[in-house]
Amino acid sequence: MNLLELLILIPSLGFILALLIPRSQDQAVRLFTLTVSLITFVLSLGLATGYQSGQAGQQFVSDRIWITNPEIHWHVGIDGISLWLIILSTFLTPIAILISWKYVQDRVKEFFAFLLLLEVGLIGVFAAWDLFLFYVFWEVVLVPMYFLIGIWGHDRRIYAAVKFFLYTMAGSVLMLAAIIFLYNRAGTFDYAVILNGIGSGRIMFTHGEETLLFLAFFIAFAIKVPLFPLHTWLPDAHVEAPSAGSLMLASVMLKMGTYGLVRFCLPMFPTAARENAPWIIVLAIIGIVYGALVAMVQPNMKKLVAYSSVSHLGFVVLGIFSFTQMGLDGAVYQMLNHGISTGALFILVGFMYERRHSLAISDYGGVATVAPWLSTVFLVTTLASIGLPMLNNFVGEFLILQGSAQANFTWTVFAALGVILSACYMLWMYQRVFFGEVGEGVAGHLPDLNFREWACIVPLVIMMVWMGIFTQTFLPAVSETNAKVLEQSRMNQPLRVALPGPSIARIAGGAAHAR
Amino acid sequence: MPVNFAPSSDDLLRFAPEIILSLAGTLLMVLDPLFAKKMPKLFGHLSIAAFILAMFGTAAAWSVAGPAYSNLLIVDGFATFFRFLVLGIGIVAVLSSYRYLDREQAETGEYHALLLFSVAGQCLMVAANDLIMIFIGLEISSIATYILAGYLRNDRRNNEAALKYFLLGSFATGFLLYGIALIYGVTGTTQLDMIRASLANPANMPSFTIVRVAAALMFVGLGFKVSGAPFQVWAPDVYQGAPAPVSAFMATAPKAAAFAIFLRIFLTAFQQIATGWEPLIWISALLSMTIGNFAALTQSNLKRMLAYSSIAHAGYILVALAARSEIGTAAAMFYLAAYALMNLGAFAVVIHISGKGERTVNVNDLAGLGKRQPLTAMMLTVFLLSLIGVPLTGGFFGKFYIFQAAIQSNLVWLTVLGLLNSAVAAYYYLRLMVVMYMHEPGEVSNNLEPLTPGLRLAMVLPLIGTFFLGVMPGFVLGFAQRSAGFVK
Repeated sequence: MNLLELLILIPSLGFILALLIPRSQDQAVRLFTLTVSLITFVLSLGLATGYQSGQAGQQFVSDRIWITNPEIHWHVGIDGISLWLIILSTFLTPIAILISWKYVQDRVKEFFAFLLLLEVGLIGVFAAWDLFLFYVFWEVVLVPMYFLIGIWGHDRRIYAAVKFFLYTMAGSVLMLAAIIFLYNRAGTFDYAVILNGIGSGRIMFTHGEETLLFLAFFIAFAIKVPLFPLHTWLPDAHVEAPSAGSLMLASVMLKMGTYGLVRFCLPMFPTAARENAPWIIVLAIIGIVYGALVAMVQPNMKKLVAYSSVSHLGFVVLGIFSFTQMGLDGAVYQMLNHGISTGALFILVGFMYERRHSLAISDYGGVATVAPWLSTVFLVTTLASIGLPMLNNFVGEFLILQGSAQANFTWTVFAALGVILSACYMLWMYQRVFFGEVGEGVAGHLPDLNFREWACIVPLVIMMVWMGIFTQTFLPAVSETNAKVLEQSRMNQPLRVALPGPSIARIAGGAAHAR
Repeated sequence: MPVNFAPSSDDLLRFAPEIILSLAGTLLMVLDPLFAKKMPKLFGHLSIAAFILAMFGTAAAWSVAGPAYSNLLIVDGFATFFRFLVLGIGIVAVLSSYRYLDREQAETGEYHALLLFSVAGQCLMVAANDLIMIFIGLEISSIATYILAGYLRNDRRNNEAALKYFLLGSFATGFLLYGIALIYGVTGTTQLDMIRASLANPANMPSFTIVRVAAALMFVGLGFKVSGAPFQVWAPDVYQGAPAPVSAFMATAPKAAAFAIFLRIFLTAFQQIATGWEPLIWISALLSMTIGNFAALTQSNLKRMLAYSSIAHAGYILVALAARSEIGTAAAMFYLAAYALMNLGAFAVVIHISGKGERTVNVNDLAGLGKRQPLTAMMLTVFLLSLIGVPLTGGFFGKFYIFQAAIQSNLVWLTVLGLLNSAVAAYYYLRLMVVMYMHEPGEVSNNLEPLTPGLRLAMVLPLIGTFFLGVMPGFVLGFAQRSAGFVK
């Protein structure tokens, strides 16, 4: 059992043990799940320190047979992309537990246990190297989130939860069909073996097959991202979910989609990915602009942040399908950034909801005079979200735009609109909520941050600054892996056997130089 | 040539489960007048003992596997798998009946005797190697089930269900018999492997039209028994009207046995004309899935909803049959086991909440169950997730294996449509979870009696089974794959 398996095992055990705690012991459940998630987080840092850069392929690998026929492996491992996404998951889970400390009073045990189960699924999704195992974890994530939204959500929670479940389910059954098809062709679910087979030309698809397989995977991921026009579940789910649900949904679960695109769609179906890139990019750009425009007119803060996610995730898809080193690096970096800054926004909006019991922008005003610290933290987060230099989102957006400019400058022009618009809607919201006349019901009802809330938000603010300035902590590992993805995605069919084209080292070196 | 019809000791051993069950059933009827008033629970205990004994009998028969009674029966892995399955279903059905019969103040002796006879018929069916034996087994099983469906004779819906089931069932049996007669006319035999050999003989070519007609007629008869579309119309009414434990039993054991003979007849006897019947199965599979799932979306009665869901699940299994391969057969076997477990579990919860006279069997009667009886709600959730096909449950692997077999046989579109169907199905299963967890407790869950030991066991056993099939599917699937080869 290596560290990575331990990271999956500990929250799983935590989930089961938490369910066994007697119903009356609410505080014990909270403390227990917090402890488990903190232990998981601390251990997950071991992945970062133990990760050896410069090594191609996965690390912390564990490969054992789970089911003999058809042969399904318990095959987990990490590379530069999944490393940070796993740490993002383990980092945010304790925060999700902390922000729900007071808010959740009903069926406490189940709530906190579900958060741990969610963590298991998320780590598993990012660590799985067996397509079947990946699908299992992909679905495991769905169940706790469904209950988090449906039981502890706001008024229209049932509608939102069912919509969320069905959208995702519809996408993922297509992916399951594609996975089974791949298995019958390749004779294995092991992703490394399949990639090898595709790279060496041992596994071949006709053009039509490749396109359909690509689409089956792509639709499942696009729903999760969510890419315009498949995004309609997202605002509902976000608005109705409790803060912890919104946080995990926006920060990590949406990344399952983009992660899937980078991890599976590009390397496995290089030709189809390139052929379909144009319309996907058009959808991504529509998503960027549309998400921003809709966000601008939202009267509801949570909905505004939700639509801003549609816009931000459009950037990520654009970066991925630009097929440039910078675009991909930016996309992966932006996944992490979005997790931090949008997560922080949801947390802060949640704090305000707990005080004022309203999400409507018009119910606020002048919060800055009443709760100065809350306002300051909110301002930093807002600035991070709109991409101010020195803060995290700037790096990701810049890399994506630069990458897309290398591929096609027109895309960049349109996408850049999104950056401008994001400044508009975020700052306008900030102005209406925090400045101006002190609104009715604001004075006296909005105490400043307390100790627990500080503990939730400070780590995120630190990360915003850190990721904005010390990009080298994260980017080398990401770039290395992306270079490999890019090389795999360059292998279109005629070239599959012999590989001319630049080697990994040259791409990586070139990218580092350009940066 | 003189033929020795006297059964050898091996023959008797291979027939052991049926002997045990029939004797036990008769014994119960003898004991009925003596103990019916004093110890009503005795009959349940005895029949569980009989089922367990019959399981040992099955194991003993398996140890001397082979044909019995001049090839009328054949004890192979396939038969053994299904014998174990129907016996297991029998045990859970008895467990979930204790409380129900008590609540309805029904006589217990005949009920359990009928149950034993029905399972005996199913054991015979799955081990039959001859169309006549199949027919006899089917009739033993069906007649007992017809009576069980109307067991509470003062209840109007029970009567309606039994009559409907009986009339339509006998009609369907007629089709089956007609098919058997035609086959006998063409090939001169009713033995499955000899039919196959006879059809493989090029001299029989001209009569293929009649063989096709015969296959179509038998398809109608068997399609009715497995409640596959377009012969499914009886299922919702009968499942809704019959006593809940009987519905649970009907949706699982006779169905599993009927699928077993479906597989055996079509893959063994009619292998030669497979290209002829495959489109029929294909269409029936798609229709069953679609009709079942879409009709279930709008149901408010739990039993009726589960009936439609069972039609949809029959559709999934027909997909495996359409695949016409050993993996397909193994997938169907696995799915039937997984389906039996999750369905029995879900029905056990329905029995629990239904109350006297089954007055509260609506979806809304589950409201707030998650708050009042979290353990029951949790178990139902697992069964529902398994019915949806969420990983780590038996239902998921069942679907997975079926669609894997289908893709291997190039049924890509059927697979895609089937999987999309299962996404539709998620909606109505989710609705139950919504009501259980997200609605405030209603009158029913506030006044719910605590779970009785029998019902609890009837939920816990399927729960363990569902997880076992979902986490370690290899054991059961391995056995199914080894036995699937016998059917050809």
